[in-house]
Amino acid sequence: MADLTKRTEMALLDADIRKTSFDEVALGYTESEAIAEAKRCLNCKNHPCVGGCPVGINIPEFIAYVANGDFASAYEVLSESTSLPAVCGRVCPQESQCEKYCVRGIKGDAVAIGRLERFVADWNRKNNKNKVSKPLPNGHKVAVVGSGPSGLACASHLAKMGYDVTVYEALHIPGGVLSYGIPEFRLPKSIVKYEIDALCALGVKIETNVIIGKTVLIDELFSDFGYEAVFIGSGAGLPKFMKIPGESLKGVFSANEFLTRINLMGANRLSSDTPIFRPKKCVVVGGGNVAMDAARCAKRLGADVKIVYRRTKAELPARLEEVEHAEQEGIEFLLLTNPVMINGDENGFVRSIVCRKMKLGEPDASGRARPYEIENSDFSIDADAVIMALGTSPNPLIASTTYGLETEKFGGICTDEVGKTSKDNVFAGGDAVTGAATVILAMGAGKKAAAEIDRVLNSK
Amino acid sequence: MYKILKKEYLTQTVIRITVSAPLAARRAEPGQFVILRVCDDGERIPLTISDYDREKGTVSVIFSACGATTMKLAAKNEGDLISDFAGPLGKPTDTDGVKKVAVVAGGVGCAIAYPVAKKFKNLGCTVHTVIGFRTKDLVILCDEFKGVSDVFKLMSDDGTAGERGFVTAALENLILGGEKYDKIITIGPLPMMKFVCAIAQKYNIPSVASMNPIMIDGTGMCGGCRLTVGGKMCFACVDGPEFDGSLIDFDEAIARLSIYKDFENKKREETCNLLGGIKNG
Repeated sequence: MADLTKRTEMALLDADIRKTSFDEVALGYTESEAIAEAKRCLNCKNHPCVGGCPVGINIPEFIAYVANGDFASAYEVLSESTSLPAVCGRVCPQESQCEKYCVRGIKGDAVAIGRLERFVADWNRKNNKNKVSKPLPNGHKVAVVGSGPSGLACASHLAKMGYDVTVYEALHIPGGVLSYGIPEFRLPKSIVKYEIDALCALGVKIETNVIIGKTVLIDELFSDFGYEAVFIGSGAGLPKFMKIPGESLKGVFSANEFLTRINLMGANRLSSDTPIFRPKKCVVVGGGNVAMDAARCAKRLGADVKIVYRRTKAELPARLEEVEHAEQEGIEFLLLTNPVMINGDENGFVRSIVCRKMKLGEPDASGRARPYEIENSDFSIDADAVIMALGTSPNPLIASTTYGLETEKFGGICTDEVGKTSKDNVFAGGDAVTGAATVILAMGAGKKAAAEIDRVLNSK
Repeated sequence: MYKILKKEYLTQTVIRITVSAPLAARRAEPGQFVILRVCDDGERIPLTISDYDREKGTVSVIFSACGATTMKLAAKNEGDLISDFAGPLGKPTDTDGVKKVAVVAGGVGCAIAYPVAKKFKNLGCTVHTVIGFRTKDLVILCDEFKGVSDVFKLMSDDGTAGERGFVTAALENLILGGEKYDKIITIGPLPMMKFVCAIAQKYNIPSVASMNPIMIDGTGMCGGCRLTVGGKMCFACVDGPEFDGSLIDFDEAIARLSIYKDFENKKREETCNLLGGIKNG
């Protein structure tokens, strides 16, 4: 009898291979592994896991189907609530959402809900089970700005209700952060493409190379293009820097730039015309998932990589799994450390980064311990590249060209809890509202806004 | 995909293409740019808009076939398609409160300067233009500039076209001759713009330089195009591309432009071999 307090392990690509390969790291469950894991679900009465899911997937129901080997039915349950199960199964922080509330988790490991979600979505894709029936059109036109998680979720839910939906994307490939941000080894681009193709099969149109706020203004979407409602899911695009000396040196990049060159432009491939700086010694500043992604990309380009973070390991905002994967790949963590300046050589390239030791004090506004500098503790690290993964702020292109659209001080678009903005029939969600957050929270916001758009347009 | 409707050689290596891009043409203004990608696996490059026709839905750009991507673009002919063409991006040229302007441009920068000069002319401003080239074979848009200029100076480094000398000298002569400009706008190679802005500052004339740093998305997302302006970090794609010339850290911008030099040389070589004779038009 298997130990039911332990979750079924998922196979990983060997760490040595990973150092040079962009292939996916986590390999997913086999059918028998999935069934074994699904059988761990107690199908408890209150199913607290569902409350932990931002899109409210009926988790016990889909898991019960997996336990019975009925994967097609499991997929149907998933697709009632989520438009991107193969994505969410991979990149959601399940440990702080659904799995956090799993009753199994009280004594032992929570049921591996995320891995099961991924398994079902992958099974469906491999068996090409997507039954697409285009819903009957309801005659209403809605524009969605941005093809990232919130926009795709909003578009999907609207399309299923019969809306004529067009998604506008500024870049040449749809997917938003799923395409330009999250690396191949964590989220293969073929999966993103498959999910987006499924959306198009529902009748959603995607227009790339259109920068709303520049190419077309929000007001023009109503006046010139005849849309009745607009959802803004333009993301948190603007990278932050530290404002320390040396940030303009050659070899200092925002994580967004470094990741975009690799993920969106394929600069790691020799056939790509897009250049990428291939560091020998790289320092990544920050402790979130984006920092892990940048560090692991730099590793795969052949660099010796250090992550510099000003708090301790316990406060790292990245998912534990990502931190572990980074460590397995030989990435070194310099904790309680904060950069103070970057030094360059005579040609303007990065030569070293000077850091200061930190100690933790009382909790700050975010509830995390506030880091303090330790005097006379500066030390220098040799590096030819520094990647700043300090978070992003909402893109101002739309707010600055849309009269009457109110924004918060940090740049986020003001909305109520269902996504309504200060402008009639304009809705918003995802990072454009909250600032940088997670894929699934953005999807939840897109889904909520879709329901509200439906309510508003139908009551007209 | 976006169709090339027209292709004209302005010199042996400087080409104007007119692309069918109705959405980009709708709101295009002088001073703004587009980002294009020639083919799959292609690089995204920013090119400033040189002309547009809203009714026909076309946008023209002028480029010099000097790198891998521009050489691939140069190999395309009328009727051919390019993968992507997105815009307009950046802020349009600010014409507020200007009655008399000097437009000072060099090399391919003249392609960008021309619509700016034209816009000022159409608004009823007095327009003086000073344009410079290395030699007569590189001269572009001479007649077009004459058509929109109250005073027109053509300069060349070797004296084979117009007067011999740099644009900075010609500009300074105009100022010393008593011309009073509300603004000097400069577009061209970074060292040229640096010296034009220095002259503007010497005579206390407001100046604006159009910056063209390395860029990927053009929407503020990557921060690769960052510049230091007045001690503050700015993104050329969303805050610019035009900035107060007295505040730009030109030396830093010049240094940043060379980060991918080795890669660019290698790719150019590869592309030359691939395209063979096409490289010389």
